[in-house]
Amino acid sequence: MSEKPLSEVFFEPERYELGSGPTYHFELSRRDFFKALGGGIVVISMLKDGLADQESGRGRQRESGRGMPREIGAWLHLGEDGSVTVYTGKVEVGQDIRTSLTQVVAEELRLSLASIHLVMGDTDLTPFDMGTFGSQTTPVMAAQLRKVSAAAREVLLDLAAGQLQVDRNSLGVADGKVIHYGTKQSFGFAQLTKGQKLMKLVGENVPTTHVDQWKVAGKTTQKVSARSIVTGKHQYTSDLKRPEMLYGKVLRPSAFGATLDSLDTRAAESMAGVAVVRDGDFVGITAPSEPVASQALAALRAEWKTSPQPSGQELFKLLKEQRVEQQGFDGRSSYTLGSMAEGMAAAHLKLERSYTVAYIAHAPLEPRAAVAEWKDGKLTVWTGTQRPFGVRAELGEAFRIPETQVRVIVPDTGAAYGGKHTGEAAIEAARLAKAAGKPVKLVWTREEEFTWAYFRPAGVIEIRSGVGQDGTLTAWEFHNYNSGASALRPLYDIPHQKIEFHAARSPLRQGSYRALAATANHFARETHMDELAQGLKMDPLEFRRKNLKEVRLRAVLDTAAQSFGWGKGRSLRGQGVGMACGFEKGSYVATCAEVSADPPSGQIKITRVVTAFECGAVINPDNLKNQIEGAIIQGIGGALFEAIEFESGKILNPRFSRYRVPRFSDVPQLETILVDRRDLPSAGAGETPIVALAPAVGNAIFNATGIRLRSLPMAPNGQVKKSVES
Amino acid sequence: MVRSLKLQINGTPYNVNVEPERSLLSILRDELGLTGSKYGCGEGQCGACSVLVDGRPVRACITPVTVTEGKQITTVEGLEKDGRLHPLQEAFIVIGAMQCGYCIPGMIISAVGLLRKNPNPTEPEIRRFMEGNLCRCGTYPRIVAAIRQAAQAQRGSGP
Ligand code: FES
Ligand code: FES
Repeated sequence: MSEKPLSEVFFEPERYELGSGPTYHFELSRRDFFKALGGGIVVISMLKDGLADQESGRGRQRESGRGMPREIGAWLHLGEDGSVTVYTGKVEVGQDIRTSLTQVVAEELRLSLASIHLVMGDTDLTPFDMGTFGSQTTPVMAAQLRKVSAAAREVLLDLAAGQLQVDRNSLGVADGKVIHYGTKQSFGFAQLTKGQKLMKLVGENVPTTHVDQWKVAGKTTQKVSARSIVTGKHQYTSDLKRPEMLYGKVLRPSAFGATLDSLDTRAAESMAGVAVVRDGDFVGITAPSEPVASQALAALRAEWKTSPQPSGQELFKLLKEQRVEQQGFDGRSSYTLGSMAEGMAAAHLKLERSYTVAYIAHAPLEPRAAVAEWKDGKLTVWTGTQRPFGVRAELGEAFRIPETQVRVIVPDTGAAYGGKHTGEAAIEAARLAKAAGKPVKLVWTREEEFTWAYFRPAGVIEIRSGVGQDGTLTAWEFHNYNSGASALRPLYDIPHQKIEFHAARSPLRQGSYRALAATANHFARETHMDELAQGLKMDPLEFRRKNLKEVRLRAVLDTAAQSFGWGKGRSLRGQGVGMACGFEKGSYVATCAEVSADPPSGQIKITRVVTAFECGAVINPDNLKNQIEGAIIQGIGGALFEAIEFESGKILNPRFSRYRVPRFSDVPQLETILVDRRDLPSAGAGETPIVALAPAVGNAIFNATGIRLRSLPMAPNGQVKKSVES
Repeated sequence: MVRSLKLQINGTPYNVNVEPERSLLSILRDELGLTGSKYGCGEGQCGACSVLVDGRPVRACITPVTVTEGKQITTVEGLEKDGRLHPLQEAFIVIGAMQCGYCIPGMIISAVGLLRKNPNPTEPEIRRFMEGNLCRCGTYPRIVAAIRQAAQAQRGSGP
């Protein structure tokens, strides 16, 4: 099986929060370019398949002529002073692409990391980008930057060859200089770029450094912003301050779906420096300090009209009943192979099971935040988002101004995990700033973040399967209600399949979450596989291998099993082991887990997790391990205890004291094995490692206790209860 | 009512005129521009706002600024001395113990408090002491490793 085409990634149905795509305008002309960046050399890379236009539904537009072409991935500027600045619409949300992207530029330009400056996610300075999600930065953006950097190197060689009147093959680039091998004469970049105004467009075919020759990429390196982070100097949106800046707060409805009935603002407005902004149902405060803004907010007397809202108890019933028409999936959400009837008839063992997953919150440690400022009709907003251009479009729409009048700047962000695709805080801050005529900062409280952001979709998954006496799968029917279509299809070889995703009307606002529904679908599938193995009295590893031809998945499965010591030695009483494997976004993962269960209390602890992971060629091994460990640890929360509780339009557990996330004591012994396939292109890795954790742990719990858990989270209070038949 | 308070932060005296019910965190961040201490929850649950008061880690978000009057406050900005990083800062960099980095100042401050009390902590002791500090990115194993490394470095360079 080959990698998913990119277009499929972007149209994953569970990106519910994206709504309509932004309109794309590209405003810079060649002259503007040099005006904005200064003289020197600009190298621009063209995107292969015009991703930008796919989202806005315009199809390909690759015309050049006057103005700039539309399909630009990134550009690099070699300043007249020899400085190197790279511009990308991607943003840094903790995945450390600031470092890995700098690494590929350093590689091609033969420079040190410190001499490269990366400008990220600034809609006035960087090319359009759909967003930082779907694990696309490494496969797409790293490749783009590699090309512009390699092309820039070639331009430098050409310039030096011209100046020296020598064959360019007698020249090379090293340590930020162009060197003539024969005479050892060298040029600094500045000597070559001085007085130039050169622009070069590069397409697909730029020769880049072969992976075997990587010196900088492919190696572990320190995070480029490490020092500013440990000294507290690194500035996130919530740390910014503008001259004369005010602090904002927004009045939240008493429940989802509530409308404002009456509002008394007198007490709030009598406070010094406080202004109340009302626009339809939007009510906000500006004040000279955050505490005063909070006090004023508390002094608002509002009456809300509520309407009946669904509650958590009826969730799974609702998701199955409230189906909606699927749009725009081009049939990718359903798949049939052979005939289920035939496959089931051939089965020796048949099994039908239902699995559920709860809504969970991303809860990035930095909540949504924005600083907004209007100047001469132009709006500038600093905000932590994964989609700077998407948020620019949202702002343009909200204030009915052209996008040329909006600038969104994304400082490095206190993480997102798929949870910051939207611009709520940006719009709110901009509305308040507009009223105040001064810059306004708005930082959501933890409770707001838990309530008014969007959640990972809840879902129901039903599986009906059949397997022959020898352990060969004969039939596989899989229905996912609401949680999403990512990783819907198994990689196992099954002759008869029927697979469907059913969109539903979700009671809560939902959207992308790290790895999307791949987590839910792997949980159901890999738990079901374990149930079948158990029914057949077969070893789960042997059972999987029997039905799996895909070599890359087999490789990680075998690697994980071997490092874990699968099948070796008996577990102690109360201990259990389990495994799961999967594929998503071009990378492959297998996880083996060991748990211990305290029999009387049912207290569960994950004691050991071994993960084997393969995502093609590895760019920064240490950072990759960091990402994998992070995904595994984050996965522990969703597997064992995270769940959003809600009732009548209210979130019941909107704080860390009521919504448990993984802490130091939850971390098991972790072993991570990278399978480095230098012969394959690098895929993104921030998401996929999470998908096999929950089923591996669930299977281990079954192995330890005989209790089969089919709902995430599996141990909401840290304990498992025998609530279902096994 | 606004009151004038004298604070000692990172060895520097500050005079601030503020509402006394305000939290130390809000004063540090909004009035003094010391934004290394972060807001993560406002209820003492995440540790992002940790600062040292007389050497002990406290949650600045739930600490009224008035109770810190006359005490020595150390924030993450105060750990670097004459351009030399604190051994914990060094260790966090070398081990790569950070992802988005938002929790890291609070982690380092808590760890300074730990090593001050217990210069040679075992791994379980580190986990127990740090339990109140959240890292949503899941950098925990590396944070533990960094603390161990810093402890070792400190002992090595000590008398
Ligand atoms: S912000 Fe103070 S503990 Fe979370
Ligand atoms: S590094 Fe992101 S919260 Fe810890």
